[in-house]
Amino acid sequence: MTAAPTQPVTAPMKSFPKPSQLTVPEGAEGWEKLYPYNLVFQNLSGAEDEKFWFCDSQHWPAVFKPFETIGGEFAVKCLGQYNTRHLLIPPANGIEFKIHLGYLYMSPVGVPPEQVAARVPEFERRAGHYFQNWDSLLEQWKIKVRATIDEMEALSFSSLPDMVPFEDIVTGKAKDGSEVLMENYDRLIQLCYQNWQYHFEFLNLGYLAYLDFFGFCKEVFPGIPDLAIAKMVQGVDMELFRPDDELKKLAKLAVEHGLEAAFSDTDDVEGTLARIAAADGGTAWVAQYEAAQDPWFNFTVGNGFYGHDKYWLEHQEIPLGYIKDYIRRLGEGHEIMRPVDQLIAEKDRVVEEYRDLLDEEQRAAFDAKRGLAATAYPYVENHNFYIEHWTMGVFWRKVRELGQVFVDAGFWGDRHDMLYLTRGEVRDAIFDLVTGWAVGADATGPHYWPAEIERRRGIIDALSTARPQPALNTPPAEITEPFTMMLYGITTEQVQQWLADGEEGHDGSITGMAASPGVVEGIARVVHSADQLGEVQEGDILVATITAPSWGPIFGKIKATVTDIGGMMSHAAIVCREYGLPAVTGTGNGSTTIRTGQRVRVDGNTGRVEILD
Amino acid sequence: MTTDAPYVRFFDEGGDPTVELLGGKCASLVSMTGAGMPVPPGFAITTAAYDAFVDATGIRDEISHKLATLDADHVSSVDAASATIRDHLTSRPMPEPVRAAIVAAYQSLQDRFSSPVPVAVRSSATAEDLPGASFAGQQDTYLWVTGLDSVLHHVRECWASLYTSRAIIYRLRNDIPDLGLSMAVAVQKMVNSSVSGVAITMNPTTGDRSKITIDASYGVGEMVVSGQVTPDNILLDKVMLSIVSETIGDKHAELVPDATAGDLVEVPVDPERRTRRCLTDDEVVAVATMAKRAEKHYGCPQDIEWAYDSDLPPGEGLLLLQSRPETVHSAPAATTTPSTPSTLGPATGLLSGITASLTNRNPS
Repeated sequence: MTAAPTQPVTAPMKSFPKPSQLTVPEGAEGWEKLYPYNLVFQNLSGAEDEKFWFCDSQHWPAVFKPFETIGGEFAVKCLGQYNTRHLLIPPANGIEFKIHLGYLYMSPVGVPPEQVAARVPEFERRAGHYFQNWDSLLEQWKIKVRATIDEMEALSFSSLPDMVPFEDIVTGKAKDGSEVLMENYDRLIQLCYQNWQYHFEFLNLGYLAYLDFFGFCKEVFPGIPDLAIAKMVQGVDMELFRPDDELKKLAKLAVEHGLEAAFSDTDDVEGTLARIAAADGGTAWVAQYEAAQDPWFNFTVGNGFYGHDKYWLEHQEIPLGYIKDYIRRLGEGHEIMRPVDQLIAEKDRVVEEYRDLLDEEQRAAFDAKRGLAATAYPYVENHNFYIEHWTMGVFWRKVRELGQVFVDAGFWGDRHDMLYLTRGEVRDAIFDLVTGWAVGADATGPHYWPAEIERRRGIIDALSTARPQPALNTPPAEITEPFTMMLYGITTEQVQQWLADGEEGHDGSITGMAASPGVVEGIARVVHSADQLGEVQEGDILVATITAPSWGPIFGKIKATVTDIGGMMSHAAIVCREYGLPAVTGTGNGSTTIRTGQRVRVDGNTGRVEILD
Repeated sequence: MTTDAPYVRFFDEGGDPTVELLGGKCASLVSMTGAGMPVPPGFAITTAAYDAFVDATGIRDEISHKLATLDADHVSSVDAASATIRDHLTSRPMPEPVRAAIVAAYQSLQDRFSSPVPVAVRSSATAEDLPGASFAGQQDTYLWVTGLDSVLHHVRECWASLYTSRAIIYRLRNDIPDLGLSMAVAVQKMVNSSVSGVAITMNPTTGDRSKITIDASYGVGEMVVSGQVTPDNILLDKVMLSIVSETIGDKHAELVPDATAGDLVEVPVDPERRTRRCLTDDEVVAVATMAKRAEKHYGCPQDIEWAYDSDLPPGEGLLLLQSRPETVHSAPAATTTPSTPSTLGPATGLLSGITASLTNRNPS
């Protein structure tokens, strides 16, 4: 063999694979029939095989079960409606979304340049109204959201009686109760949808105010780190941290009353609570524990988008375990509260120093824009508790209640099995159930669904063996859509990095967003799901696909965080800044490249992660 | 001058940077050290030491007598008076308390290092007595001084510089009385730079004041300043002190001090060191922090020279050699009028070229 030239010819414009080029994992054939027809590429014209799509594994890191697409549909639809129909944000419509091989891909929809100018006055009128009436509208928002949750909480799903009560005969009600099952199911979906509409009522505005300030800062301080801008508007004491703070208070109270021994086995929830109640001072502790639950235990270790997400309220071994860990840390003399004063002082310093660099005119603009962003931005962080945690917590609990009605009617074996039906199929199954019940014959479901659910489970499991592509098709030369950049950390550089990762000779270095400053070295702990959080040890460096805010207690334990997905305003970034931990987010490959036990160096100033051994 | 004033004062021992006691140069060094901008370590021999010397030896009276009738236009008699006075100042024995104080301070400075280090000896005038800052600042600087005897000798040379013919004529012509005339002297370690360079508290290419630019290379900074090496260039955000961009320079050679020759020699930099950044992340932040302090201290954008001295303990090696207002690239936002804090008096202007020369070649 003769020596070949070692220099490759200049590569053409690099691309991600087309959807049609991806291999279907073995056993997942026919997966596209599991999802609503409008959510898959297969039923489109084919143009989508050319468009640039990125994967939103920040919100949907795991494969959708058919019922779970509802969260994606509500969330992304409602995000779009405010850009496109409510606020007429001049350059940006919504985000188109599809499910491919079980994962959600997104493609931002721009506004044709010639239409942008015409939208400006409408936008100013509409956004202006919100910004001018922010506090009163937000107060109203809380009332609306709370009312939705209360109504949802009041819905009940129970098995139908063998016979209609005699009273209904007497009153001439002339209905058998099956209509309640149907009405409540439809109402549950509507109420969930309603709070998702509210979710985005303020969210886009919060981001807009932030982006306005962001753009101004980038103009007057060219190259200013994104982190600096985030610090200047971020709230320091937020409702999002309240559940975690409640646990810390409970830990302190337990130490005050000398209740430490009662926490020996927190996996035994009833036993633990009984031991506490029986101890001196235990009654006061239990009273505070119960008070904290409403609403703060409507908190999930997941992100609210999956039916399997565990909520503290139903899994009290989780908060009790965190309290136990806080008690241990208190015993070791650690400070468990967040350094709030220090964070406020640092925020003030950053604001003052940048402000001092400006002349009088620029300073006035800086103050106005920062003021608006600082007013609007806390919503971006706080809404999460009301919707993703509280609303979705109640929603999934009700879904499980309905699932149990089917279990009792012999449709399937486990209440979670209902998640293998689409939202439309659940409605059909209710028709089937009530019909069978009414006529006194077998419903079809018990003969059809068990095997079908097993078949679908096999497909979902097969899809879950593959990770999603970070993106599909040829990226634009430059990514400019601000929401995409800020929310998802999808920047031109990041996309190029992803493309480079796929090539041979890649040096194994991991880069992402410098989301929270500081440099530390430590042992990596790779966590793929919330169920693994118990493995995290004091001083570990957490490496995860994404993190959820409810992982809060873990952040008091770890030294740094690395995530695959997420931008400057992702949950991991916000929480790490709050806890003063270095974070590198949106690495794309951190959790697949790093292995648990490896020594790594996380540089939250530059966004680099190095594997040291 | 009060009689209980100290004869020596270390730059890092704190206290007011009094020009009357320390002279402009030493007052500035004390002030900078106190403001978190450490200068090469050393001490001032105060004006009190000079006063004690001229009083105890009777030189003060002799000077008054000689100058009383002197005509500024009669050059040869001025020269003769100058020669006599300077001979007295460099030859009469020092009072024991003054000598003992200088010896102890010099020993104490040397005790900070594992082996003897060369020093610079330079005059620190109370500026109004002399014709312009540069006159004093540049004429009386003795670099690479080693050993106690040589130090004592050069201290007297500095004292004697008060009575050069030019200084005598200047004072006569401007009616500056000799009464109360005094001189302090700085004794300062010569810098042994492992890495050095400059830093500007703005982006000099755009005038953006929210940035700090650092140029850094190995060895003594002269090659960076004169453009003989391509340094590492680092742009930082001034508020967050995070790196915005960086370009690694080739840094093919470095100047290193050769203490025995009392000079600098140019040596090649090995390939591994050439291609990596010569400062660690922490060092980059430390340099930027010091530049930021200088800007705050002087109230306007600064152009500093800095060095890491490898004789100093880890964490204390960063030294400020020079800080001067950045005037070449004025930013649109830089509307602040440069102001000099009052305690520093003439120091800002003087600073230029003072400590920087601590790394320089011995003037031949």
